[in-house]
Amino acid sequence: MTDSKYFTTTKKGEIFELKAELNSDKKEKKKEAVKKVIASMTVGKDVSALFPDVVNCMQTDNLELKKLVYLYLMNYAKSQPDMAIMAVNTFVKDCEDPNPLIRALAVRTMGCIRVDKITEYLCEPLRKCLKDEDPYVRKTAAVCVAKLHDINAQLVEDQGFLDTLKDLISDSNPMVVANAVAALSEIAESHPNSNLLDLNPQTINKLLTALNECTEWGQIFILDCLANYTPRDDRESQSICERVTPRLSHANSAVVLSAVKVLMKFMEMLPKDLDYYGTLLKKLAPPLVTLLSAEPELQYVALRNINLIVQKRPEILKHEMKVFFVKYNDPIYVKLEKLDIMIRLASQANIAQVLAELKEYATEVDVDFVRKAVRAIGRCAIKVEQSAERCVSTLLDLIQTKVNYVVQEAIVVIKDIFRKYPNKYESVIATLCENLDSLDEPEARAAMIWIVGEYAERIDNADELLESFLEGFHDESTQVQLQLLTAIVKLFLKKPTETQELVQQVLSLATQDSDNPDLRDRGYIYWRLLSTDPVAAKEVVLAEKPLISEETDLIEPTLLEELICHIGTLASVYHKPPSAFVEGSRGVQHKRLPARAGSGESTDSPDVSQSVGGATEAAPTVIPSQGDLLGDLLNLDLAPPAAGPTVPPSMQLGAMDLLGGGLDSLLGGDIGGSPAMGAGLGSTPAVMPTSLGAPPVVGGGLGDLFDLGGSVGMPAGAYVPPKSVWLPAMKAKGLEISGTFARRSGVIQMELSLTNKAMSVMTDFAIQFNRNSFGLAPAGPLQVLTPLSPNQTIEVSLPLSTSGPVMKMEPLNNLQVAVKNNIDVFYFSCQYPISLLFVEDGKMERQVFLATWKDIPNDNEAQFVIKDCHLNSDAASSKLQGSNIFTIAKRTVDNQDMLYQSIKLTNGIWVLTELRVQGGNPSYTLSVKCRASEVSQFVYQCYELVLKN
Amino acid sequence: MIGGLFIYNHKGEVLISRVYRDDIGRNAVDAFRVNVIHARQQVRSPVTNIARTSFFHVKRSNIWLAAVTKQNVNAAMVFEFLYKMCDVMTAYFGKISEENIKNNFVLIYELLDEILDFGYPQNSETGALKTFITQQGIKSQHHTKEEQSQITSQVTGQIGWRREGIKYRRNELFLDVLESVNLLMSPQGQVLSAHVSGRVVMKSYLSGMPECKFGMNDKIVIDKQGKGGSADDAGKSELGGSGKQSIAIDDCTFHQCVRLSKFDSERSISFIPPDGEYELMRYRTTKDIILPFRVIPLVREVGRTKLEVKVVIKSNFKPSLLAQKIEVRIPTPLNTSGVQVICMKGKAKYKASENAIVWKIKRMAGMKESQISAEIELLPTNDKKKWARPPISMNFEVPFAPSGLKVRYLKVFEPKLNYSDHDVIKWVRYIGRSGIYETRC
Repeated sequence: MTDSKYFTTTKKGEIFELKAELNSDKKEKKKEAVKKVIASMTVGKDVSALFPDVVNCMQTDNLELKKLVYLYLMNYAKSQPDMAIMAVNTFVKDCEDPNPLIRALAVRTMGCIRVDKITEYLCEPLRKCLKDEDPYVRKTAAVCVAKLHDINAQLVEDQGFLDTLKDLISDSNPMVVANAVAALSEIAESHPNSNLLDLNPQTINKLLTALNECTEWGQIFILDCLANYTPRDDRESQSICERVTPRLSHANSAVVLSAVKVLMKFMEMLPKDLDYYGTLLKKLAPPLVTLLSAEPELQYVALRNINLIVQKRPEILKHEMKVFFVKYNDPIYVKLEKLDIMIRLASQANIAQVLAELKEYATEVDVDFVRKAVRAIGRCAIKVEQSAERCVSTLLDLIQTKVNYVVQEAIVVIKDIFRKYPNKYESVIATLCENLDSLDEPEARAAMIWIVGEYAERIDNADELLESFLEGFHDESTQVQLQLLTAIVKLFLKKPTETQELVQQVLSLATQDSDNPDLRDRGYIYWRLLSTDPVAAKEVVLAEKPLISEETDLIEPTLLEELICHIGTLASVYHKPPSAFVEGSRGVQHKRLPARAGSGESTDSPDVSQSVGGATEAAPTVIPSQGDLLGDLLNLDLAPPAAGPTVPPSMQLGAMDLLGGGLDSLLGGDIGGSPAMGAGLGSTPAVMPTSLGAPPVVGGGLGDLFDLGGSVGMPAGAYVPPKSVWLPAMKAKGLEISGTFARRSGVIQMELSLTNKAMSVMTDFAIQFNRNSFGLAPAGPLQVLTPLSPNQTIEVSLPLSTSGPVMKMEPLNNLQVAVKNNIDVFYFSCQYPISLLFVEDGKMERQVFLATWKDIPNDNEAQFVIKDCHLNSDAASSKLQGSNIFTIAKRTVDNQDMLYQSIKLTNGIWVLTELRVQGGNPSYTLSVKCRASEVSQFVYQCYELVLKN
Repeated sequence: MIGGLFIYNHKGEVLISRVYRDDIGRNAVDAFRVNVIHARQQVRSPVTNIARTSFFHVKRSNIWLAAVTKQNVNAAMVFEFLYKMCDVMTAYFGKISEENIKNNFVLIYELLDEILDFGYPQNSETGALKTFITQQGIKSQHHTKEEQSQITSQVTGQIGWRREGIKYRRNELFLDVLESVNLLMSPQGQVLSAHVSGRVVMKSYLSGMPECKFGMNDKIVIDKQGKGGSADDAGKSELGGSGKQSIAIDDCTFHQCVRLSKFDSERSISFIPPDGEYELMRYRTTKDIILPFRVIPLVREVGRTKLEVKVVIKSNFKPSLLAQKIEVRIPTPLNTSGVQVICMKGKAKYKASENAIVWKIKRMAGMKESQISAEIELLPTNDKKKWARPPISMNFEVPFAPSGLKVRYLKVFEPKLNYSDHDVIKWVRYIGRSGIYETRC
C-alpha cells in the first residue's frame, strides 16, 4: 500500500529500467512504473524521455492508471508536441464514453494540454460536452472554455463557445451556473470593453437564485461576479443587498468577505436616511468580528480588509474595539494588523482601555511589535486630545525602561506630540536629553535634533548638544544632516551671539563637503537667507508651523474606493491596486464605487468618512509620513526638487565672503536689521541667483524663492483666446466690436477692438454691463480719448472688477454689455472663459485639499474627457498653473499620472480637480469636484482651452 | 485563480507539485523554498510576493502547503481552500505528515485533479468525494449507469454533501455543544475581554434524506415567541434543556447544509444533514458569560534575586458539577535558578524548559478554592530589560456551556421513509473548555 518507495529510486540506469517496466505485459507492473515516473516528475527529475512509453499506457480501462498518465501528459505535452498528438484519439474516444466521469476527465485534461494540434481536436468534443446531459460534464466543460480561451482566444470566439457559455448561466444545475460565471468573469477580464458578462436584472436574478443552491466555492464565484454589477437605482441595489445578507452567516470566510464586498459596494447607492441603510450597517459588524476567530491566516486576510472597511465606514465597528485586543499567542502578522485597527478605532470613549493595552504591548518581545505599540501611544495622544497627558506620561515611563528601541521610538512620537500641542509638554525635554547618547537610529536622532532646535531657547546647553552631533556630520544619514542643519540655523537665530561659529561650520559642511543636492541646496538657501535679510530669515525659519493632523497613514481616497471594490482579494491584502502586482492586461481596469443615487440628502448630512473618534474638528486628512514632516518645512516636496545646481568653485568662494560679511554686519548691527546691512550685501544678487538656478526673483522676496520647487520653469502665463467679433458692424450702425478677455498679473481685462465702418466720426464712447453671475463690472471708464474716424480701429483695454451686482446668468459665463457712442446705444452679449476668475492664491494646502475632497459629496463630482492632448503631465501642470490652476500633488500609478489641482474663484468658491494623464494616451480624464457643481462644466472648458493652446 | 499547488516537507523538498496555469513555472517551486521555508527570519506574513508571484501558505505540523498565483485572486478563498484540502487529506489518510503524503501521493494527485479545476475549487465535500475517488482504482469501474449518474448528480447537486439511499436500522443522532471560553483579566480582577466561541457538532446516523430543524434558547427567537403568545413550547425541555433563560448570540455561522435565507428571514435553522460527523454551526457570545474559574495572582519582588508568587483559583459553578483537567501555568523569568512550590491540591512542578510553573489538578467541584505559593530564585543579570511578565494562563474542562446555551429541540422529518421524529434516538452533551483564559499579573 505504501507509495513512498517510489520516491527513493535514485539509481543509475533508472530511466532504462522504467522503460522496460512500462512496456511490461503485466498490468500491475505497468502501473507501478507509471507511479515511479510521476514520483520522479514531482521531485523535479526530467522523465520526458519516457513520453511514448507512458502514452502507450493510456489505453486502459483502469481509471487510476489513466489519471496518472493524464497527469504526465499535462506536464510534458508542451515539450513533445509531436508525440502528444498520439494521445488525441484516446481523448476523443473518451469524450464519447458512457461514463460521465470519464467524459469529464477527458475534456478536463484535454484543456490542460497546451499544444495547438490537440486544441484543434478539442473543439468538437467540447461543443458536445457543453450540452451534455450530465451536469458534471457540463460544469467541467464550462471551465474548459476558459482554459481554451487562455490558449487561443480567437478560436473560442470563432467557434461560438462564448454564447454557449452565456447560455449555461440559465442552466438548471447551480454548479454549472457557478462555473460558467467563473469562466465568463475570467474571460471578460481580458476583454475589458466587451460586455461579455452582460449583467442585467434578469441574469442577476438567475445568479441570486443559484447563490442559494450551489457549493460554497460557487457562491464565491457568483458573489465576486455580482460585485461587478452596477444596479440601476437604489431600489434594485437594496433588493440585491437583501438577498445577499444571508450569506454573512456562512461558515466559509471567503463567502462572508465576498458578501461584505457586494454590500459595501451597493450600499454606496442607498440613501443614508433610509432605514434599511442603518439596518445593513448593523448587520455588517458581527460577521466581521466572527472572522477574527478563524484560523490565523484567514484572520490576517480579514484584518487587512477590516482596515479598509474601518477607513471607509468607521461607524460599522466603532463599538468593537475589544475584539482587536492582541492575544499573547497571536502570530506576529495578526498582532501588527490588530494594532493598526485599534488606533483607527481609538476615540475618547475607549481611550483609557486602549492605552492600558498599548502599555502592555510595549513590554512584549517582538521588536517590531513593541515599536509599533509605542508609536501607537503617540498617535493616540495626537488623535484624542484628552488623553495626551496620559500618553506623554506613559511614554516617559517607557523611556525610563532604557530599552534602547523603546526609547528611540518614544522620542520620535514625542516630537509629533510637541508639534500637535506646542508649549504644553516641554517640561519633559530634560528627560529626553538624558537619553541622547543611546540614540543610534536616524529617525530618532533626527527627532531629537528637531526638538533641541525647536526649543533651543529653553535648553541651556543646546549648542553643546548640537555640536556633539556635528562632529560626525558626514557619517549621519541625510535625514539627520538636514535636520541638524535646520536645527543649528534655528539655534543661531535664537542665540546669535554664541553660535556664530557653529552655524558657519554647519553651512560649510552642508554646502561644500556634501555631495547630496538636497542638503547642499538647503544649505545655500539658509546661507542666502541669513546673509540677505536676517529678519526675514527669522520669520521664515522660526515661523509658526501648521498643526499636524490627527489621522495618519490613511489610504488616499480614490485608492481606498478601488480597494473596497476588491475586498477579499489579494489587492485588499497588499493594499495595492491589482495593476501593481498583476502582469498583462488582467486587472488593469480600475474599479470604482457606484455613485449614490438618492439625491435627497443634503450636503451637510453627516459624512461617513468623519473621523472615527467623532471629534469635532475637520475630517481626517492624510499627512505625509514622519520623514516628510521634518523635511516639509520648505514645502519643497510637492514637485520633484530641482536638480542640484553645480556650483563652480570660484562662486563658492564668493559666497563665502559674502556670508562672512553678512554675519559680521548681523552681529555688528542690531538684529532688528538696519537698512545698511542690506546695502552691504548689495552684490549678492548678482552672484547667487545663478547658482540657485532661479529666475530673477531676488527682489521679489523670500516668498518667491520658496515657490521655486513648484515650478522651476517660469509659468507660461495665462492663455488669452484670440479676439472674436462680438458686435458686427451691420447691427450697430457701422461700429464693429471684437474682443477677448485676459487676466494679467491678477487684473481681469476686457480687450476690445473698436472699428468704425461707418462714414462719420464716432465719439463719446461709454460701456456698461448687465448684472452677471460673478459680479463683473468695469473698473473704470472706457478710455477712448480721440474720436474714431471712419475705417479706423482702436485697441482699448478695460480693467474689470468683480465687485459689481450679481445675478445668475444662463449660461453661467454670459455677459451682457451695452456700448454707447454719439450715434446710439448697442447691446451685445459675450461669454468669458471662467479661467478669468481663477485667482492667484488658489493653491490649497495639501491637507485641506484632501479633507475638502472628501467633504464634498460625490454627487457634486463631474467627469470629463479631454481628447487629443499630447502634453505630458508636467507640461500640462505648468501650463495650467499659468492660468492659476495649481497642482497640489501628483501621484503615479502604473504609467498613469494623477494631478490633484485646486482653483479658487474670485467669489471664494473652491474647485478641486483630479486630472488623469496616461502615458501614450491622448485622452485625459478630468474629475471636477465643487460645492457649486454648476461651475464644473465651465472649468472643463477652461482645461480644454488652456491645454490645447 | 490558483495557478499551482505545492506541498513541501520541513526541509523544503517537494512532495507534491501540481501546476494549473501556464503562468506558473517550475522556478516558482524553488522561489518559495528559498524565500520562505529557508528564510532566516521568522515568517512575517502568510502571503508572500516574490517577483510578482504571490504565495499563500499554511503549515500543518512540519508540512508546508503553498498555493501560487500571478493574479488578483480571492485571498480568503485560497486559504479556505488550503484548509479544506487539509481536511480532505485527513479524512482520507489521517494525520498530515511527510510519510502519509508520500504514501498517498497518487491519491493526492487524483484529489487535486478533482477538487481544483484550472485553479477553481470544485466540490470538496469528503462525503461526495469518497463515492468515486477511492484508494482502489478498480472499484470505480464497477459503477452501474445509475450509480454513475447518482454520483455526478450528487457532486454537482444542491445537496452535494449527502448521497441518497442511506439506511440505518437504528436512527440515532448525537449533538455536542462544544464551547471554548476566552478571558483576559487584569491583575485587579477586571474583565478586559471575555467571549465564548462555541460549536455545535452533530453526528447523524439517519436514513434517507431527513429534514431537520434545530432550536436553541436564542434570545431573538424566545422574545419573538413570547410576544406572539403562541409559544411553541412543545419542543422546550424536550432534549433536557431545562433553563428558561435565553442567551444573546452575537453572531453565528452555519455549515453549508443550512438554509441561510430561511435563517435570515425567520431565524429558524433547517437543513438536511450530511451523514456522519460534521460541524453544524459556530457561534459567539459576549454577554452574561459564566466564567468557570477566577484566578487571583499576587507577585512580589523581594530584592533583585527573589520573587514570591501566590495564586488562588476559585471555581464558580454549581457545587454538584465537576471540572476536569485543570492546569494553571505560571510563567517564570528567564533567569530563574530555582523554585520552591507548595500547593494545597493537585501537583505542581517547575518546568525550566517552558519557563513556567505548571500546576495540575485532576478534578475540582464548584464553589471551591485552592491556592499555590512559590518562591522563585533568580540569577543576577546585567540585562536592563525588565521581565515582561506574561499572563497566567489556565486550562480546564467543565460539563456545561459557559455561554448558557441550551438545545431546545432537534426535530427530524423524513416523509418518504416510515420513521418519525419520536423514533430517532437523540443525545445531547455540553462541554465547556478553556480557550485563551488568561489573567495578567
